[in-house]
Amino acid sequence: MSMTMAEKILAKAAGKKESSAGEIVMANIDVAMTHDLTGPLSVESFKKIGVPKVWDPEKVVIVFDHQVPADSLDAANNHLLMRQFVKEQGINNFYDVREGVCHQVLPEKGHVVPGEVIVGTDSHTCTHGALGAFSTGIGSTDMAMVFSTGELWFKVPETIRFEVEGTLKDHVYAKDVVLNIIGQIGADGATYKACEFAGETVKDMNVSDRMVLCNMAIEMGGKTGLVEPDDKTKQYIKGRSNKTYEIMKSDMDAESLKTMHIDVNQLEPQIACPHHVDNVKPISDVSGIEIDQIFLGSCTNGRISDLRTAAQILKGKTVANEVRMLVIPASREIYSKALDEGLINIFVDSGALVTNPCCGPCLGGHVGLIGPGEVSLSTSNRNFRGRQGSPEAEVYLSSAAVAASSAITGKITDPREI
Amino acid sequence: MEGNVWKFGDDIDTDIIIPGRYLVVIDPKELAKHVMEGLDPEFHEKVNEGDFIVGGKNFGCGSSREHAPLALKGAGISAVIAESFARIFYRNSINVGIPLLEAPGISNHLDTGDKIEIDMDKGVIRKLKSGEEYEFQKLPEFMLEILNKGGLIPYVKEQMNK
Ligand code: SF4
Repeated sequence: MSMTMAEKILAKAAGKKESSAGEIVMANIDVAMTHDLTGPLSVESFKKIGVPKVWDPEKVVIVFDHQVPADSLDAANNHLLMRQFVKEQGINNFYDVREGVCHQVLPEKGHVVPGEVIVGTDSHTCTHGALGAFSTGIGSTDMAMVFSTGELWFKVPETIRFEVEGTLKDHVYAKDVVLNIIGQIGADGATYKACEFAGETVKDMNVSDRMVLCNMAIEMGGKTGLVEPDDKTKQYIKGRSNKTYEIMKSDMDAESLKTMHIDVNQLEPQIACPHHVDNVKPISDVSGIEIDQIFLGSCTNGRISDLRTAAQILKGKTVANEVRMLVIPASREIYSKALDEGLINIFVDSGALVTNPCCGPCLGGHVGLIGPGEVSLSTSNRNFRGRQGSPEAEVYLSSAAVAASSAITGKITDPREI
Repeated sequence: MEGNVWKFGDDIDTDIIIPGRYLVVIDPKELAKHVMEGLDPEFHEKVNEGDFIVGGKNFGCGSSREHAPLALKGAGISAVIAESFARIFYRNSINVGIPLLEAPGISNHLDTGDKIEIDMDKGVIRKLKSGEEYEFQKLPEFMLEILNKGGLIPYVKEQMNK
């Protein structure tokens, strides 16, 4: 039977030859990730089930990233609870406050390989499909079931395959591509579906760019993002993971596969406007809007390539007086690289504020919240009302290049004009 | 089930249902004090045990926080009815024992203040005043079983003891 990549991976995880969209399968889980914010609820639910030990401590990964270091007594208590759990359960894959954002740390530390099923109590777990894993966000109760049994139920999704063709213009990036797609199909355009990104443009992208695409699959309702593994995938994994893996690809005649063609030759930088991610406009429609805070970071665009792009634009320039710019590398590895390359100096000299790797203002729960009436420009993935602080604030989403050029002027600015 | 309707629009995300800054809290009763705060800070004072939330399309989109259905549960919401739901919210709600009823077109028929009754077996929503009835998509057997057990935790407990 012809199957999609998602169907093949889920069939294998369920110990079956075949699976088809719509079917409910019980799949074995290869990696179960939780973090400091949704972890406590997962642990609490796990305790309610009453199984003393997690099914396989080597398959559990715990990352502290949302409130690091602890910014309140509540956060400190959550951290204590999770550290206690790590100890009790003998979990070795534990990344305390120093390591970075979970969706960056997981692939960096070799936990992600093609063909596996990865679940995380975080909606952007779909990021890891960039390396060809079936990877999806679940709730804390789901995680309690995984901790207890090593299994979880899934409805096998249909697949939308986005065939992206064309050459990106200067200062147009993966972020612009995915915002454009979300703008076209809407915030619920891929609900319950696997979003596979393919085509020449995606083949040309590096793994980081592919992560940007898959990271935002959830913003159109997708269950997972996916990219067919290739030599770049293997290269990325080499030296990071010693797991053996199997590469699976979609059969083009699979019944549950729908294809959508995206031409990016003429694409301009894209901006998602308040308060929905699918409210996407070309930059020319919104340039000039005044900004109070700029956030360069997150599991979408806090990688070394983003920092390089931004530093190149900011070099020798200063952040406008009226704006605060926060630069938050997505992981310690990235931070260290950015130091070696002199990027951090450029940011600090320009007047930006650089903090430790963490989620930062992305979720409005930790540092850099914005107040009523303020406007934020952010390289993260969500601009929902209240996401970064006050419900009366506004959040615009963009690429790292737009963030950097807007920092110089204090207004939304096309990087090609700097 | 019988109760009052509270109606909201399309794309109600989980940051609206419970903002990120309250995620350090895990007690449903405490979370309930901030439920729907993103749109209506006084909502928790108005809502009563047994009431229903009616939403448009893509209800529950965004972050995977299970705090969202827990906050609704803590506030006494007995079911959410919407045109369509986002998937993680869907799983989470069933898992914590809140029925989600998918009823395309429903937001054209129900309004805040309507009293309604729900018949889970027949798959029907009835307006008490006018007697008008609307159908919803009955849940797959597997999910009904989880709901009938009171959520995924009691369900798994039972499976483990078999
Ligand atoms: S950076 Fe933002 S989107 Fe990514 S995991 Fe952290 S809070 Fe979630």
